[in-house]
Amino acid sequence: MEGVAKSFGSVAALVNGSITLYPGEAHALLGENGAGKSTLVKILAGVYQQDAGTYVLDGQPRLFHGPAESQDAGIAVIYQEPTLFDDLSVAENIFLGRQPLAALRRIDRREMRKQSRAIFAQLGVDIDPNRLSKGLSVADQQMVEIAKALSKDARIVVMDEPTAALSSQEVKRLFDVVLNLRNRGVAVLFISHRLEEVFEMCQRVTIMRDGSYVRTDLIGDLTIDQVVRSMVGRELSSLYPKTDFDRGGEVLRVERLTREGTFYDVSFSVNAGEIVALSGLVGSGRSEIARAIFGIDHYDAGAVYMKGEKLKGNSPLRAMRAGIGFVPEDRRQQGLVMEYGIDHNVALASMRGLRRGFLLLRSAEDKMAVDWSTKLRLKYGRLSDAVNTLSGGNQQKVVLAKWLATSPALIIVDEPTRGIDVGTKSEVHRIIDNLASQGVAVMMISSELPEVLGMADRVIVMREGRVTAQIARADATETSIMLAATGQVVGA
Amino acid sequence: MVTPARSHRIAETLTRFRASSLIAIILIIFALASIKSSGFANLISIQQMLTNAALFVLLAIGETLVLVTRNVDLSVGSTLGISAFLVGDLFTHHPGTPIWLAFVVGIGIGAVCGTVIGFIVTVANVPSLVVSLAGLYIIRGILNIIGLGIQIEPSAISLSFQKIGFETFAGIPWIFIIPAVVALVAAYFMRSYRSARELYAIGSNPDAAALAGVPVKRRVFTAFVISGSLAGLGGVLFLSEFATVDATAGTGYELLVIASCVIGGVAIFGGSGSVIGAALGAILLQVINQALVVSNVSSFWDSALAGALILFTIAVDRLLSNRASVALRLKQGAVRVE
Repeated sequence: MEGVAKSFGSVAALVNGSITLYPGEAHALLGENGAGKSTLVKILAGVYQQDAGTYVLDGQPRLFHGPAESQDAGIAVIYQEPTLFDDLSVAENIFLGRQPLAALRRIDRREMRKQSRAIFAQLGVDIDPNRLSKGLSVADQQMVEIAKALSKDARIVVMDEPTAALSSQEVKRLFDVVLNLRNRGVAVLFISHRLEEVFEMCQRVTIMRDGSYVRTDLIGDLTIDQVVRSMVGRELSSLYPKTDFDRGGEVLRVERLTREGTFYDVSFSVNAGEIVALSGLVGSGRSEIARAIFGIDHYDAGAVYMKGEKLKGNSPLRAMRAGIGFVPEDRRQQGLVMEYGIDHNVALASMRGLRRGFLLLRSAEDKMAVDWSTKLRLKYGRLSDAVNTLSGGNQQKVVLAKWLATSPALIIVDEPTRGIDVGTKSEVHRIIDNLASQGVAVMMISSELPEVLGMADRVIVMREGRVTAQIARADATETSIMLAATGQVVGA
Repeated sequence: MVTPARSHRIAETLTRFRASSLIAIILIIFALASIKSSGFANLISIQQMLTNAALFVLLAIGETLVLVTRNVDLSVGSTLGISAFLVGDLFTHHPGTPIWLAFVVGIGIGAVCGTVIGFIVTVANVPSLVVSLAGLYIIRGILNIIGLGIQIEPSAISLSFQKIGFETFAGIPWIFIIPAVVALVAAYFMRSYRSARELYAIGSNPDAAALAGVPVKRRVFTAFVISGSLAGLGGVLFLSEFATVDATAGTGYELLVIASCVIGGVAIFGGSGSVIGAALGAILLQVINQALVVSNVSSFWDSALAGALILFTIAVDRLLSNRASVALRLKQGAVRVE
């Protein structure tokens, strides 16, 4: 593949993607979140079609119109999210649509089981082909997917973050299987954030950044440090209007918070006027902690204190009463009522203060909406306009306004600038900075390292559900955060 | 404590377990009703029950195909009605119509209804609940217009055709033999053919089915056409059984059909369930109905019992699947913590 590009509307997900795969070789594709890796894979798999660039397979230029075509050409993709059919047996999952047939075109179940067993034997895994795939562990689901790829004689196998949910023994078994695949001349494309695994397993590495190809090298020619630098390598701009001001006392304290299977033993605190960033890779448990603090998800152990008082029970209403505001990651689904006007959305979290008796005061609602829209420089036609007519940046301002109107002591912002254009981005940053200067404690979750470095007073880095480092502003660099997030250094 | 391995086995045998437990429940009710009334277990009474169940068995087969794909067809009662009425009308105006032609016309009418609904569901991408609900009313509305004040009389229907409704073969009513054969064929098909397995795949995980190259729209469309065709066939059988038809024929059947499927173990959100289970569910509902009649219990209890049965089956399902998932979560937790 060379110079492949893909845009969605005005957003260019992939500007210049290039990669060359060789038989019998494991090739790592690396890059930060949003670097365009997934888009490249989906073009490879025929899910998307490239807008530009060339895609050559065995010397032939190709353009696949759907996943069925790429599968026929010998490309198998093992996606991060499970694509198995819970209600079908393992053997049927492997052979769906290609089941061995007996007379009258009926499915030959015995043959299907036999072939499944043979493939599992080659892979050295022990899974009963007769069982339903419902309830298989993530590792076993991947093995079924790999068995599916083998049954199709796939020559290219793509694995998107295959180790993210695996234990160390399971990772080892996966490595053995990958070695097995390579010995058969299969080209393996491996996407992972765990750099040590990449170095252990892959022979070649391609690095992407901001939708573009950066470099391809033999893995032996690179150090982890060089890889990280190529992945991030960006200049910090003036997007981040960070001002220094006095800190107040402690507002939020989280003690040994644990939710089985999601995060473990997480402790930290946030002071008034301080911006604390939770950093880490997608899936490291950052958003889940925010959800637990705000009372959306329950936790199994540990405690959350607001201004020294323990938050009892799990309910967003209690969290709100204790003075927490939560700007969720997915504003369209969780942050806004899309069909409501700006006015109603802004007032939604503060209705208690706006009512007289049982009636909501329309005039008070309007006044609140006007006040905040002006303060946040919201661009809108009329206040009654439905928020789904606004741009992403303006929608985010409405969500912020909703919480600011409740005058919170702590505000949690999850990916505050995702999908927002650069101009509005800096305004959102200014709003957050302003809040901190007024003594509000801010807990920010962001996948964008420049944003974390530009805004945060302190960075808490997570990896696989655990805090691996707390880095003060002075010591925080892209490299130090990336190293902690990928598990290279375990700091305190 | 249920170990993961054990709970999987429970889940796997659930379908088979369901069929045998349905048969067991049917037999128990049978035994109880026979103690209460000696006439319950005689041949005539059993034949009557099979006759009553026949149409629901037939419709439940088609409904199962649709439900398995995570869709629903609410139009089957209306489709049955319009087919019964139009075929009766055909006999009225053309007394010499051969029986085979009556079947072809009835099935054809059903197929047309199923085609239209399946087309709107798949091509226009409208939820099947909405489309088939609209179909329910539109088809019934058309039937009301063309059937206004008309009653098909038994005298117009040829006797040889009516015999399907009351004659028996080896003691089994013909009207039950036809759905039973369809059920066996459908059950075999659902187990052993690629396209049928793809119906389960679609209902189990629609996105993954598309990624796996399954022609999702074509399969769902076909399921609706089959469901409609079987409802059309049901209309023909309805006419042979009752010989008198008006515009209200088949009203309310759709919910009884769905109840039969759910009791028979067809998952309402798709992916699992068997045709035989659904057919047994339909028979069970009729046996209960009949048992209440001989027990001199008010027939109002009939609906309440059907509802209770639905809740009971769902509760058992939930219990088993919850146990399985709890066991799994514990297992995964243990692996993660290390």
